[in-house]
Amino acid sequence: MSAAPAVSFHQVSVKLGSHLALQEVSFEIPQNAYFTLIGPNGAGKSVLIRTMMGILAPTQGKVELFGQALKKNHAAWFGYVPQLKTFDVSFPATVGEFILSGRDQRWPFRITEDDQNKILEVLRSVKAERLFERSLSLLSGGELQRAYLARALIRHPRILILDEPSTGIDMEGEEDLYKLLDEIRARQQTTIVMVTHDQTVAEHHSSHVLLLNQRVIAFGSPTQALTETSLKKAFGHHAHHHEMPTRLP
Amino acid sequence: MSTLLETLHYGFIQRALLAGTLLGLLGSYYGCFVVQRRLSFFGSGLSHSALGGVAIGLLAGIHPLAVAVPFTLGVAILSTWLRDKTRLSGDTSIGIFFSLSVALGMILLSLRDSYTVDAFTYLFGSILAVNQSDVLCALGLFILNGFTLPLWRRWSYATFDRSLAESDGLPVRRDDYLLNSLIALTLVIAMKILGMILMTAFLVIPPATARLVSKRFSQMTLLSCLLGVFTTLGGLLLSYLLDFPSGATIVMVQGFLFLVFLFIWRIRITGKSS
Repeated sequence: MSAAPAVSFHQVSVKLGSHLALQEVSFEIPQNAYFTLIGPNGAGKSVLIRTMMGILAPTQGKVELFGQALKKNHAAWFGYVPQLKTFDVSFPATVGEFILSGRDQRWPFRITEDDQNKILEVLRSVKAERLFERSLSLLSGGELQRAYLARALIRHPRILILDEPSTGIDMEGEEDLYKLLDEIRARQQTTIVMVTHDQTVAEHHSSHVLLLNQRVIAFGSPTQALTETSLKKAFGHHAHHHEMPTRLP
Repeated sequence: MSTLLETLHYGFIQRALLAGTLLGLLGSYYGCFVVQRRLSFFGSGLSHSALGGVAIGLLAGIHPLAVAVPFTLGVAILSTWLRDKTRLSGDTSIGIFFSLSVALGMILLSLRDSYTVDAFTYLFGSILAVNQSDVLCALGLFILNGFTLPLWRRWSYATFDRSLAESDGLPVRRDDYLLNSLIALTLVIAMKILGMILMTAFLVIPPATARLVSKRFSQMTLLSCLLGVFTTLGGLLLSYLLDFPSGATIVMVQGFLFLVFLFIWRIRITGKSS
């Protein structure tokens, strides 16, 4: 018997006020997949992610995680790296505390020795051990992204969601990040869900791609989903298909 | 020194110290959330809104606090609701209710001259006139707030990043109502003792002072509470010895400590950059 999909959307529609943000969206993400969500601005990518995490409720249709109907307590299954870092920069916080808040879903009053070991372990896995005692507000874009990733990983998520993870980091940092994600996926058997506007990234790293523009335009492997026709349908006449480069070993 | 020890033997000083310490501690504790959530005007607005409740109580001939407590709680809940449901900012929401409450208070107080004297007690407080029931009231409030201590971790998380807390399934909006109501309750109970104008100082000065030298929010909270207690005790004794108004002396001590910590912070920053 095959394992239940990590995420299933069945005919999901979401209305925000009078605006129909998602329309009868159906797809399945198998466990341990590297799923990329692509679409133009206003396509409903963030709405889809928020629906997947149970923050928004579908107006119609249903969402399942690992064969179970989505519930509020499933929030702990997700590790989430948001695109916009909305935290209060004036809030006195160290990277260590920030990472622990990802596990406890509460702000830590103190960090025990055991907690410290766990934080350092996860910081090592994202190659950022030196950040432990640093103030969060003093981090660079790349360091902040690693801190968010470590925070997402400390709860051993079954699904790791990254919303435009390359925002605010340089090209070198971006390459490092994607390499790190490949390593995490191989090591922890985590299903990765990534939102990006970068077609090349989707082609290079994903196992599954969903092209969205309020409804599903195309879904499948990168070669199946990212065709000239589907891209044109999603992005209009501005879109053009990159030639698929040979995959790096 | 002997004068100081003698002072501590007076019952009214003991009551003032106890009530002042408890309320100063609570004000400085909630002040950390007020400062980090940029709700300073909310605190100030709420304490002034209580004037409307006091005036209704005086006019109706019932204990002003019996009306001011539900009145201020109502203002806190309504302004939180208005901010939550409309696109109005927190400052604007409280600004509306604050102005209406003060206007209502002024109209009602103008009806009889004797009301104005009573209302002044609430504006500026009278810590040295604290009676047994005021102390019990402060103690009751302190115990009630003790039960909400475990919520510090949730409130702190939402203060740090509301969106992250929401994505983790925390009841952020419900917590806003609870936190704002508890701040309102603390303000209104403290009003008669510390005065509605001076209580606002506890919500801002000790936490802002603590923030200057704290790397962690837990550190800021503890230091702010410590400063709240220390400045109350120091200010009260100083006011007695110098024969200054007590509430004002407490705030001046807080202001002095803020300047000292600002100086320490400045030296640290200069040291780091050089």
